[in-house]
Amino acid sequence: MTAPQTSALKPVSLEHDAWGQLILETDDGRRFTGVIPARAFPVSDPEHWVSICDSQGHELLSIENLSSLASGLRTVLEAELAHREFVPVIQRLVSATTQEPSDWVVETDRGRTAFQLNSEDDVRRIEPDQASIVDSHGIRYLIPCVAKLDPASRRILDHFL
Amino acid sequence: MPVRTPENFDIRQELPLRLRATVDAMLGREEALLGWFEVDLDARLNFVDSFVLLTDKRIVGTSGGDLRPTSPQNNGAPGGMEDAAAGEKSWPLSAELSIQSKEKGGAGALELVDANGLLAQWRFTPARTKAAHHFVDRLKQFRSGSLSDGDLSESSEVLCPSCGSPIKGDQGLCETCIALPGTRPGRSLLRLLRFARKRGAMSFLGLVLTVGSTSAGMVPPYLTKPILDKVLVPYQNGQEAAFRLIPWLLGGLAAASILTWILSWARTYVVAWVSERIAADLRNQTYAHLQRLSLEYFGGKRTGDLIARVSTDTDRICYFLSVYLVDFANDILMIVMTAGILLSIDVRLAAATLIPLPLIAWLVHQVRSRLRGGFQLGSRAWADMTSVLADTIPGIRVVKAFAQEHREIERFRRANDRVLHANDRVNRLWSFFGPVIVLLTDLGILIVWIVGVWQVYNKNVTVGTLTLFVAYISRFYVRLDSMSRMVSATQRTAAAAQRVFGILDREATVPEPVHPIKTGRLSGRIEFRDVGFRYGARTVVEGLNLTIEPGEMIGLVGPSGSGKTTVVNLVCRFYDVAEGTVLIDGTDVRSFSIEEYRQHIGLVLQEPFLFYGTIAENISYGRPGATREEIISAARAARAHEFILRLPDGYDSLVGERGQSLSGGERQRISIARALLIDPRILILDEATSSVDTETEREIQLALDNLIQGRTTIAIAHRLSTLSRASRLVVMERGHIVEIGPHQELLAQGGTYSRLYRAQSDHLEERAL
Repeated sequence: MTAPQTSALKPVSLEHDAWGQLILETDDGRRFTGVIPARAFPVSDPEHWVSICDSQGHELLSIENLSSLASGLRTVLEAELAHREFVPVIQRLVSATTQEPSDWVVETDRGRTAFQLNSEDDVRRIEPDQASIVDSHGIRYLIPCVAKLDPASRRILDHFL
Repeated sequence: MPVRTPENFDIRQELPLRLRATVDAMLGREEALLGWFEVDLDARLNFVDSFVLLTDKRIVGTSGGDLRPTSPQNNGAPGGMEDAAAGEKSWPLSAELSIQSKEKGGAGALELVDANGLLAQWRFTPARTKAAHHFVDRLKQFRSGSLSDGDLSESSEVLCPSCGSPIKGDQGLCETCIALPGTRPGRSLLRLLRFARKRGAMSFLGLVLTVGSTSAGMVPPYLTKPILDKVLVPYQNGQEAAFRLIPWLLGGLAAASILTWILSWARTYVVAWVSERIAADLRNQTYAHLQRLSLEYFGGKRTGDLIARVSTDTDRICYFLSVYLVDFANDILMIVMTAGILLSIDVRLAAATLIPLPLIAWLVHQVRSRLRGGFQLGSRAWADMTSVLADTIPGIRVVKAFAQEHREIERFRRANDRVLHANDRVNRLWSFFGPVIVLLTDLGILIVWIVGVWQVYNKNVTVGTLTLFVAYISRFYVRLDSMSRMVSATQRTAAAAQRVFGILDREATVPEPVHPIKTGRLSGRIEFRDVGFRYGARTVVEGLNLTIEPGEMIGLVGPSGSGKTTVVNLVCRFYDVAEGTVLIDGTDVRSFSIEEYRQHIGLVLQEPFLFYGTIAENISYGRPGATREEIISAARAARAHEFILRLPDGYDSLVGERGQSLSGGERQRISIARALLIDPRILILDEATSSVDTETEREIQLALDNLIQGRTTIAIAHRLSTLSRASRLVVMERGHIVEIGPHQELLAQGGTYSRLYRAQSDHLEERAL
C-alpha cells in the first residue's frame, strides 16, 4: 500500500487567530488557516487518530496518538474538538413514550432536554454496552454505559434496545 | 510412442452392458468403435432412447435420429444406407461430413451435416449435453489424429484434484472426496434426537423428572379407595369406621399434590432449557450450513423461504420439544401406569374400560396422514407469504416508482389467502376429529359406570374400587384427548423438521476438497484451460483458453450475456467448471480449500454491499483483526479517508441497512478499501465504476489505480475508457473469446472491439453535441 505523505507532516503549533480561526503550523514551515480537526474514531478510540484537515476538507496530517503531542498543542486541539463535537451524554432517562414517533425527556451532561425520535431504530447499540440515539433533527446522544444507568432509566431503554 | 491404429482406441468394452449386444451386431469386424452417444429424445421430443455410434469408417444412428422418424420405409437422407430391420442408418465418414452439437430451446440437437445440408438430427435433454460435446470432440480428435485412449466418449476422464482418482459425472471431486454428511435423509423427527444427545445430561434429567412428576400424580386417586372403603362406606352403613386413618390419607393427598407441583416445575424448566438449546443448535447449524452452500443454491431459492426455514421452522420445533413432547411422554407414562393399576385391581372392569381404545388408535392413524399433508401445505403457503415480504420490502423504491402498491397488496393478499385456505383445510378436519375423541371418551366413562354398577350390584367390587376406577379412567381419557391433540402438533413439527433438514441435507455443489493443497503466497497467475460452463442446457462459456500473468491487468469486454461475469465467477469459485480447468499458479482451483483460496481474491462489485455496522467494521470485513492504522491506510488508498472524516462519527459511523446513508461513489470507495485491506493477489472488478457519474468515476478510478498495483486484475467494464490501464483486452462474444490484444492493436484489427469502441465514442460525441 502506498502511504500518502500527509501522515509524515508534524504539527508545530496550533492557535486561534483574531477571528477565531484555527491556524496550524507544520514542521515543513507552512501555515494553514482555518483548519478543522476531526477524530477518526470518536466513539471507539477518541484518544488516537486525530486528523487535521484544511478548510476544504483535505487531510493535512494525522496524529496517531494525542498523548505524543506537546501539552500546549494538545490542549488547544482538544478544546477545539470539544467545541466541534456536540454529543450530549445521557445520564438519566426521565420519560419516553413507546408510540412512534416517541417523545423523550432526558438529563444529559449538558442539562435537561426533550427530543423526538422518528423510529425505535434510531436507538442503536454500538459497543456491547454503549448506545447511541439520533433524534429527529439528527442530534446524537450517547449513553456510554447502559449498565451504569439507574434502574428506572434502564427499564425505559429496554423498550428500545 | 507405439504406432496408433484406430483399433487401439476401440472402446467397445466401455459400452454400457445393455447396448453391447446391439452395437456388436451393428458393427463390422474390421470396424473400430470410437465413440457413442445415447440419445434420449426422438424428433418430436418424446422420451425415446436410441443411440449414435462413431466408428473409424462411418456414423451409425438408430431410428431416433432420422429426420422423418415415423416412416421406417423411407429411403433416408441422401447418402444414408438403411438397414430396414433395425431402423438404423449410417453415413460414411467423408471429408465433408461434420457433426455439431447445438442448443435448440430446452433440448439439445446433435446435427449431422455435409456440403449439401442437414443429414440427420438427434435431439437430447440437457442431461446429455456434456456427452454430446464429447461425441463431437471424438470425431474432431479422430480426424486430427489426436485421439487418445484416455479420452472416453461418455466420461472424458477428469482426475479428482483432491485424490487423483477419475471423476464420474459433473461433480468437481470424486465421490470419495466429497465429504458426505453422516446421516441419510430419514425420519426427520427422529433425527432431532441427534441434537438432544449433545445435551445428554440435561435431557436425561428432564426424562427422570417427567417420570417422577407423573408417578407422583398417580398417587391421589389411589388414596381415595381406602377413604371410601375403610372409612366413609362403613360409617354410612353404621359399622365401625377407621377414622384414625383419615389424617394420614388426607396428608398423603396433600403431600402427593405438593410433590407433583415441585417435580412438574423442575421438569418444565429443565425441558424448556434443553429444547431451547436444541433449537438454537439446529438454527446455528442450519445457518452455518447455508453459508457454506454455493451461490447456485441461493440462485434457486427465495430469500423469504430460507428465512422462514431458519427462523420459524426451528422455533416451531423448539415449541414442540418443550411443550408437546413432554406432554406426550407424560401421557404415555400415565396411560401405561393407569392401565397397570387398573388391571392389578380388577381385570374384568379394566378390560371393559379399555374397549374404545383401539377405535381411537385407528381414528388417530386415519387423521394423521391427512393432517401432515395439510400442514406441509400450510408451511409452504406461509413461506410464500414471507417471500412476498422479503421481495417487496427491499424493492420498495421500485414498487413506488412504478406506482404498483396496489398490485403488491394484491400479491400479498393472494399469498395470505393461500395460508388461510391451507389452515381452513386443517381446521375442517380438526374440528371434526377433536369432538369425536371427546365422544369416545364419554363413551368409555359410560361403559365403566355400566360395568361398575353391575359389579357393585353383584357385590364383586366395592364402592371404593368403582370410585377409584372412575377417577383413573377420567384422567386416562383426558390424556387420550390431549394425545390426539398431539397428532396435529407432531405433524406440524415433522413438516417443519423436514424443511430444516432439507437445507442440512443439501450438499455444496462447490465441494471442499478433503485434502486441500495449501495456497501459500500466490503469485496470481491465472490460466483457463478449455474451460466450459453451462446453466442447465444453456452453454454460457465454451472452449475458453486464456493465461493471465501475475500482476497483469486484463479487461473483459463484450456485450451483455457474453459470459464475462461467468469467467469471474469461475475464478472466484462461486461455481465450478463443467469441463476443463481453472489453474492458479499451475494448481487446479478445486484443490484449494475454498475459504483459504478466497482470501487471495479481492472483489469489487457494481453494487457494493455494506453490512449493518460501522465503516471500520465494513472495511475490515475480510480481515477482522486489522489494526486501526491499517484500516485508515486502506481507506486513504481507496480515497475514502477524507469523506469518512467529514462524517460526524468518522470511522465509527454506522452504515448499511438502517445506517448512515452514503452515496454510490462513497459506498464503492469503502468497498475498494475493503478489498485493499485483505491485500489480495487476484483482484476482480465487476463493473466497479458503471453505476456512478463521471466525476465520481474519476475519484474511484484513482482509488482503483492504487488497488491494481502489483495484482493480477480482471476488470469487467461496459465503459471501455475505464480499461485504459489494462495491458490486454479480452473480447468475448456468446461464450467465446473472439479477440485478445492491447487497445491499439484491437482497434487496428477492425473487429468486434473496434465496433464496440466506435459505437461508444459515437455515442459520447452525440452526447457532447
